[in-house]
Amino acid sequence: MAPIETEIIATKKELINMWILVQSQLNKAREAMINFDKDLAREVLVKEKRVNSFELKIDRDCENIFALHCPVAVDLRFLLAALKINTNLERIGDIAAGVAKYVIESPVNFDVAVLESTSIMRMYDEAINILIDTRTAFENEDTALARSIFKRDEVLDNVNRAATGIIADVIKNDITGINEALFMLSIIRKLERIGDQSKNIAEEIIFYVEAKILKHSGASKTKA
Amino acid sequence: MESTIVSAENINAYYGESHAIKNINIKINRNEVVAMMGPSGCGKTTFLRCINRMHELIPNARAEGVMKLDGEDVYKMNVIYVRYKIGMVFQRPNPFPNMSIYENVIAGYLLNGISVPKADKDVIVEKSLTSAALWNEVKDSLHKKGTFLSGGQQQRLCIARAIAMQPDVILFDEPTSALDPISTSSVENLFHELKQNYTLIIVTHNMQQAARVSDRTAFFYLGELVEFDDTKVMFTNPKDQRTQNYITGRFS
Repeated sequence: MAPIETEIIATKKELINMWILVQSQLNKAREAMINFDKDLAREVLVKEKRVNSFELKIDRDCENIFALHCPVAVDLRFLLAALKINTNLERIGDIAAGVAKYVIESPVNFDVAVLESTSIMRMYDEAINILIDTRTAFENEDTALARSIFKRDEVLDNVNRAATGIIADVIKNDITGINEALFMLSIIRKLERIGDQSKNIAEEIIFYVEAKILKHSGASKTKA
Repeated sequence: MESTIVSAENINAYYGESHAIKNINIKINRNEVVAMMGPSGCGKTTFLRCINRMHELIPNARAEGVMKLDGEDVYKMNVIYVRYKIGMVFQRPNPFPNMSIYENVIAGYLLNGISVPKADKDVIVEKSLTSAALWNEVKDSLHKKGTFLSGGQQQRLCIARAIAMQPDVILFDEPTSALDPISTSSVENLFHELKQNYTLIIVTHNMQQAARVSDRTAFFYLGELVEFDDTKVMFTNPKDQRTQNYITGRFS
């Protein structure tokens, strides 16, 4: 095996490990939100440092491969994609930490009825599923699965669009829960960003495998 | 404006019974830099030597097909004229050891008995050495032996010698493989200058060099021309799996 191949395989493994950690962070932040578990939320914040370490290490590994191996063709595309996927994953990690912070800062439990009325849990589950599927697409170089992500982002967009009205009604009905309601709106906004980040990642997977650039082409909005 | 200067049509070359290059068809444009790469024995140097008929110098070697220079069949031209029009620079710098720098530059005229007035010779020497980015380094020692120069300077002297004959095309057979990185860089920088006036065809084992200096790259394998495309395409998204395997070092 060529030395660059060994390096690329190692970088791919690192990215997948980061992906699994970010996914775990999202799951834990979700559990913390439902159960109002502040200890679990604090754990998410502590582990956020590991996500950041992954990002730095993957950046450094890519830089070394560029400097030492002069990658071309599929190797070059992989590394360019890896750098961008790395950034997007780190931002998803930030989102998990952001949700955890709201749990810590909120003085009272999130209202289950409001959680249901905003479809926040459905949105959260779909965001995690999208993240899992982008990882599978990356691991298997499955561009059909990567393309399917573009369509699924719409679920998150729809919940996000409806959320403002629902939260406004919640506040109108009970002004004392305004902080809690605004926290929830912020969480919805953050979860919507996971859809965007996952779409970016899916575009990078397609670039890496097929050498096609979908960014800014409108293809990721129309293609399923 | 792009126009074909070298055109190979169904070129086949043989060493005795061995079929070294097979049905090569390629068109090279004026003022472009073309890199030819491929593993050892793939036929790239053989093809290069078919362009200026150097292939004929090897016992039992022969070539078939049509090689055109600016629309004229190279194999029907006077071979001396072919070598005027298609200069060549080799892997190892090879200035004539018994000649001065000045004489090395005009060696093509001297060795072919072409009489040139002294004033014209001076102009040719200065112009050629300037084009080869060597004039400033040697203008005060033109009558010293060329072999006193460093390896990189000697190679640029050989390039000046090729330029002096006012060729249309210059062939380079691994021109920097015997040079250190600084000399390599100076020769590579020179390629960018030379392409303003000449067409350059470079055989190289150094893929990064091909990527750095050429406009288009050809990949040869087992005597075949596998792929010929813009260098940017070849190094980011080659079409043929064999090209991808070669440039990414996955060739077994």
